[in-house]
Amino acid sequence: MDTIYLDNNATTQVDPLVVQAMLPYFTEQFGNPSSLHQYGNRVGLALKHARQQIQTLLGAEHDTEIVFTSCGTESDSTAILSALKAQPERREIITTVVEHPAILSLCEYLEKDGYTVHYLTVDGKGRLDLEHYQALLSDQTAIVSVMWANNETGTFFPVLEMAEMASQAGVMFHTDAVQAVGKVPIDLKNSKIDMLSLSGHKLHAPKGIGVLYLRRGTRFRPLLRGGHQERGRRAGTENSASIVALGKAAELALHSMKHENTVVKVLRDRLEQGILAQIQHAFVTGDPDNRLPNTCNIAFEYIEGESILLLLNKHGIAASSGSACTSGSLEPSHVMRAMGLPYTAAHGTVRFSLSRYTTEAEIDRVIEVMPGIIAQLRSLSPYWKNNAPVQEAFDPAYA
Amino acid sequence: MWNYSEKVQEHFFNPRNAGELEGANGIGDVGSLSCGDALRLMIHVDPDTEVILDARFQTFGCGSAIASSSALTEIIKGKTLDEALQVSNQEIADFLDGLPPEKMHCSVMGREALQAAVANYRGEVWSDDHEEGALVCKCFAVDAVLIEETIRANNLTTVQDVSFYTKAGGGCSACHEGIEDILNKVLAEKGQAFQSNVARVQADAEQALTQIEMPPLSTPQVTEAAVSGLSTLQRIRKIEAVIEAVRPQLQRDKGDIELIDVVGKAVYVRLTGACTGCQLASVTLSGVQQQLIESLGEFIHLLPVTKSPTA
Ligand SMILES: Cc1ncc(COP(=O)(O)O)c(C=O)c1O
Repeated sequence: MDTIYLDNNATTQVDPLVVQAMLPYFTEQFGNPSSLHQYGNRVGLALKHARQQIQTLLGAEHDTEIVFTSCGTESDSTAILSALKAQPERREIITTVVEHPAILSLCEYLEKDGYTVHYLTVDGKGRLDLEHYQALLSDQTAIVSVMWANNETGTFFPVLEMAEMASQAGVMFHTDAVQAVGKVPIDLKNSKIDMLSLSGHKLHAPKGIGVLYLRRGTRFRPLLRGGHQERGRRAGTENSASIVALGKAAELALHSMKHENTVVKVLRDRLEQGILAQIQHAFVTGDPDNRLPNTCNIAFEYIEGESILLLLNKHGIAASSGSACTSGSLEPSHVMRAMGLPYTAAHGTVRFSLSRYTTEAEIDRVIEVMPGIIAQLRSLSPYWKNNAPVQEAFDPAYA
Repeated sequence: MWNYSEKVQEHFFNPRNAGELEGANGIGDVGSLSCGDALRLMIHVDPDTEVILDARFQTFGCGSAIASSSALTEIIKGKTLDEALQVSNQEIADFLDGLPPEKMHCSVMGREALQAAVANYRGEVWSDDHEEGALVCKCFAVDAVLIEETIRANNLTTVQDVSFYTKAGGGCSACHEGIEDILNKVLAEKGQAFQSNVARVQADAEQALTQIEMPPLSTPQVTEAAVSGLSTLQRIRKIEAVIEAVRPQLQRDKGDIELIDVVGKAVYVRLTGACTGCQLASVTLSGVQQQLIESLGEFIHLLPVTKSPTA
């Protein structure tokens, strides 16, 4: 059976061209880029080229604004901890309730250390209240960290506008763009974003490589101290093979950006409409009009997400769920709870995330099997009888 | 994804006794939509013998919740009510060849549904004694009685265990202290001291270390021949044989490989023709290297020699 991979927000397949570009850096090109001899030199040049490829993808003014890290999580931690260290008089952070744990867990930890964290809440469609945000910005704020696109729903936050507002208030702005990079055009030089995180494995590069974009002139304190790599901003011998890979992936992402926003988007919409047309008591979570072109998150009421995934997996289809049972956390995803999803649906969310490798035939196959899967589980559910919920029928606010 | 046993998967994909039971005279409902799992157990009991003639279920929940429900109905059919009430959650889990620890609460739910259904048949209100305990976990509405019973029945020793079995403490964590108190009480009765997770992990690690047997350090071998048990001549013949065997394949791609020298663990070869500039030269080399290692039974380095070895 052919497998269908629709979990690209979790991680992506490494592009074969990326693999090809990185392989020599495991073999002949093994030099340490800091070395003065030719072994080092050649690798050093390759890293510079990769830096420029990423600079182009991000629309950064200088290639030196690109700092390589080990992953998206490290970039996020570096950004926030640097802002706090560099401005010890400022003790507050502004972020949102729907950030990735890379931000949220760090913030919880910092709260224990006495920092104040303001969490912006979201409405039923996952949108922020910018007036509330404006009111929170102050000379106490060390940093604002807001994700560009949410990993579960794909919903965009207005980061360009929010960075502008932060800048007016004299506050540093960081965005976790791990899900957005490669899928939306980014032009950092014409923005007020000071720091941005990205992660290689979300854009067809390998795992374990990330970038922190650091606008020239931004006050900075490194997380890792040691050698002078990355101009002293991130010590540790460079992961040259992965850096070269990420550079190549950035170049390819630029080429496929149009594809993502046309072909992939059309496939995503086809999938979504195909499912919703056939299945009652299901709805899209997040903001359908303002989200990543590859992501669709659907809540199926009266059934539970893990069992949907198990049946999908039996059909060779890989997706993911915000259901508690898939994570072992026993609570449905914090993103779904933050949006106030009814509990009838909060346990039954399924995320399909496409990529440039997704085909129409694959999408049609999912549309074909989905109604049977949902019907099978509902027939087992005590909340369902004769094609309708047994509970008091209700109209979710998301219809 | 979880590591579900074959049996769990089998009962999830082909649940036994699913659906409504006509003529049920005992019904037990537990769980709720908001908890993420809910189970209705329906039993048909022979009033004269109190034997469970039939049992069916309806479940909203994850794979193991559905599988546990299916297992429960299979286990209790044909048992008398008193026999059925002896079924522990561990038996349900064992019937399924085990459940992941995070999923043990599914088997606990099965047992509760059974108690509720029996109480319903007998005209009792099952939840009464249950509600005597104060709610410890507000997130999942788990009370002290259930936590204590589950700790005793399964010899639990940590807060995490309790969360896995009952869900209590799996939400906001605010009740972890309360759970620790109950653990303390039960363990004290048994004469055991409560250990925090950290202490237990450390103890486990220490025990694991003492169990590892350290192999005696071997003295380094002087010659390669001694390592692989081959004479120098035998080694070179084997190396030649491997190289010869891969040549036709490379020649088909307009390339070639030639053995230049063998110095200790280093085998020097020259790649010619299409192979040299080819991106995949290193891949070719690693493939040949792998074959050499397998053939000789020792580790060797396969090193390419460029056209002018002096450069
Ligand atoms: C929004 C977001 N931020 C951060 C991360 C973490 O990235 P990494 O896995 O590279 O640490 C992820 C990946 O899941 C993500 O989706």
